[in-house]
Amino acid sequence: MNSVHTIHGGIHPREEKQLSRPGQVIDAGLPHELILPLSQHIGAPAEPIVSVGDHVKGGQRLAEDQGAVSAAVHAPTSGHITAIDMQPVPHPSGLTNVCIRLTPDHADEWLVLQGLADYRSEAPDTVIAHIRAAGISGLGGAGFPTATKLLARERSAIHTLIINGTECEPYITADDTLMQVAAEQIVAGAEILAHILGAETILYGVEDNKPAALKAMREALAASDDALGQQQVVSFPTKYPSGGEKQLIEILTGEQVPSGGLPADLGIVCQNPGTAVAVRDAVIDGKPLTDRLVTVTGRAVSHASNYRVRLGTPIAHLLALAGFTPGSRQRLIHGGPMMGFALETDAVPVVKTTNCVLAPTQEELPAPPPAQACIRCGLCAEACPASLLPQQLYWYARAKDQEQLEKHHLFDCIECGACSWVCPSSIPLVQYYRAAKSHIVETRDDKQRAERSKGRFEARQERVEREAAERERKRAERKATAQQKAAASEADDPVQAAIARTKARKEQAAQTKDAS
Amino acid sequence: MLSDYALLLVGAVLVNNFVLVQFLGLCPFMGVSNKLETAMGMSAATTFVLTLASVCSYLTYNYLLEPLGLTYLRTISFILVIAVVVQFTEIVVRKSSPLLHRVLGVYLPLITTNCAVLGVALLNINKAHSFTQSLFYGFGAALGFSLVLVLFAAMRERLTVADVPEPFQGAAIGMITAGLASLAFMGFSGLV
Amino acid sequence: MLGLLTHYPLLTALTALLCLGMVFGALLGFASVKFRTEGNPLAEQINTLLPQTQCGQCGHPGCRPYAQSIADGGAINKCPPGGQETIDALANLLDIESQPLDAEHGVEKESRVAFIREDECIGCTKCIQACPVDAILGAAKLMHTVIADECTGCDLCVEPCPVDCIDMVVRKAGIAHWSWPMPASPEHTNIIATDKEAA
Repeated sequence: MNSVHTIHGGIHPREEKQLSRPGQVIDAGLPHELILPLSQHIGAPAEPIVSVGDHVKGGQRLAEDQGAVSAAVHAPTSGHITAIDMQPVPHPSGLTNVCIRLTPDHADEWLVLQGLADYRSEAPDTVIAHIRAAGISGLGGAGFPTATKLLARERSAIHTLIINGTECEPYITADDTLMQVAAEQIVAGAEILAHILGAETILYGVEDNKPAALKAMREALAASDDALGQQQVVSFPTKYPSGGEKQLIEILTGEQVPSGGLPADLGIVCQNPGTAVAVRDAVIDGKPLTDRLVTVTGRAVSHASNYRVRLGTPIAHLLALAGFTPGSRQRLIHGGPMMGFALETDAVPVVKTTNCVLAPTQEELPAPPPAQACIRCGLCAEACPASLLPQQLYWYARAKDQEQLEKHHLFDCIECGACSWVCPSSIPLVQYYRAAKSHIVETRDDKQRAERSKGRFEARQERVEREAAERERKRAERKATAQQKAAASEADDPVQAAIARTKARKEQAAQTKDAS
Repeated sequence: MLSDYALLLVGAVLVNNFVLVQFLGLCPFMGVSNKLETAMGMSAATTFVLTLASVCSYLTYNYLLEPLGLTYLRTISFILVIAVVVQFTEIVVRKSSPLLHRVLGVYLPLITTNCAVLGVALLNINKAHSFTQSLFYGFGAALGFSLVLVLFAAMRERLTVADVPEPFQGAAIGMITAGLASLAFMGFSGLV
Repeated sequence: MLGLLTHYPLLTALTALLCLGMVFGALLGFASVKFRTEGNPLAEQINTLLPQTQCGQCGHPGCRPYAQSIADGGAINKCPPGGQETIDALANLLDIESQPLDAEHGVEKESRVAFIREDECIGCTKCIQACPVDAILGAAKLMHTVIADECTGCDLCVEPCPVDCIDMVVRKAGIAHWSWPMPASPEHTNIIATDKEAA
């Protein structure tokens, strides 16, 4: 496990990590209002279990997770629920979503928290239930509910847990800081995760531009009793995007996750160090996920640093703490300069996936120049860490050729932005791929719905025909019985009988007349 | 002996390529090369037809027309032979692969009017080829046709999604590309 | 016989051609009987590309009859719910030129769902009988309601309703239905100096 491998492509943008003074944590305190979106993760939104006007304590569950892929939401402090309504949320669309609004009472009263006394003696499913109850989802990027990710152990044998301390994106230093200040907690969390998964090996992947973090992690590892077996801190050369889960796996193990597959298919699970700490807090202290480290950086803030922030804190509060001075055409980026997205307003709250708030000046991160025609230079293919053909994907995305896009493995694209970064014509390649992906997913959905409608239509045709045939059969039956009756008993026919009687009477009357 | 046939083959496929050097069979070349899938189906059908037609025309010429001194009827009887072979191929294709039949559609009967097929039959006479030579020549011609058709179809598929100026879109850029491909194939002259 | 033939070369030629023709004709006749095929699976393949709304806007009573008409050589641009995408897919399948949607049959609109205003519903079951996919729940003299997930937006139920209580509403667009827009293509390649940002 000593040797590290390299990934294809990759780029070396300016790191700008020193700007946010990694290793230092400032407490962001409590804002005047906390806004908690019900959907801070991939999957179904949580359902509120509190009402407007309720008084809640810190750590109290506010919303239940719904279904297998979902996460619960907890109160980060004590206070009153003032509203459950649509608020702006951090999302590239700039749209609103349902949020629980909490006004802190600044008493910061918490529920009595109960962790597991000895997690090693518990069944893995019990520990996973504890993690699910704490509402933990991945803190590193996409926000996949952790409890669901850990259930991978049921489908595949997991032998390695990788803690992803790479943090390859420029400007962001949240994980670097966490590793420097909370190394023992990360190790403890990793051990819990490895116990659940049944993994014998734990690898902590850290880029070599974080010497202090590497030192802290190695010391923490040395201090721990390493009861599990093999644990190792592995450092490797800095390159963007080494922190992508598939890329990190290739660097540390030399194996590639198969196209369309998951790391669990190789027996590997990756987790962010922040998630590991959250797991440790949930299992040992019984504390649900209610805060995280956020890097506030960029030259438009005077005090760039890492802040410990309660979930739901409006970004405006953080920016004020960090000494934000907006410039002309100021951009606010949620995330980093490569994979983050711009925010329309600073009223959006910090959510579970907020690792960085970037406020760059115009000189620091100028707006991209207008896109020009593709010159077919092929630099994008050289830079792609997934060994795809970005130029072909670009042409087919423009032509909306879904068949070719799938043939060129569009869904293996991790949207890292390396291709757009190297493009000499400044073509926003990743935007094309994102649009193409949603278009393909939409078409698949439409096809499924059309299939279903066709099935229902055919079933209806069948039903109508069956009913018509039934009616026809009954009618024929009735007609047959009626005919039968008429043929068999003409004597019993009342009409005929009446006619016969009238005839008889007439005859009698005529006879009597004759007689007289 | 074998090298003679190899030379015959290389000559028919590359040096004197029927489409790009001798400029025969340009109709299906331009008409069917829009999609790679169609092009491959067309190549397979043309290969089958060309080889069979080459052999049948040889037999017709040498065992019917020549003994009876009716060599002046070769054009019309070759056309007859080709039409029959194409029709036969269509029937077989429709039975064996309905998908291929649907993909080729109207292009299958159009092989009848493909001048490359008649050209091969007549050239065999001109060059006084033997039976095996006719067979190899016909097969080589078909191979050359298929090679160029598939290459061109692949290029045209890329051209469809590329940023071509409006006046050039469609057949125009196709023609220019074919011209450039022809120039490239002229590089083979002098190979055999 | 042979003497006759040698004397009249024209006769020889005609006889030779005739014989050739007869031989080939026999061969083809034999082949067409031996390699006979049945059926036309093309209509089924066309049907899978159609949106299955069964709305009748194309002039045919459902998607399958329209698919059959296309297989028989009908126009491919009569389906508004399918839109331009479906026309392009059909053109691709049949290897013919794509065409714009025939405005005579309707225009492409965003997908809609039927909604019954329950206060006004009289429970006559006319809409239930009209729905081609049985997406309306209800019974005689009882409340009717549309199962939104099954509704294809064909609006065949709007006409039969005697109290006109059915609305066609646009499907909700929210954050869950948002998707990335396609960036504008660089149509113009002549970038002048002032288009670039100051370094």
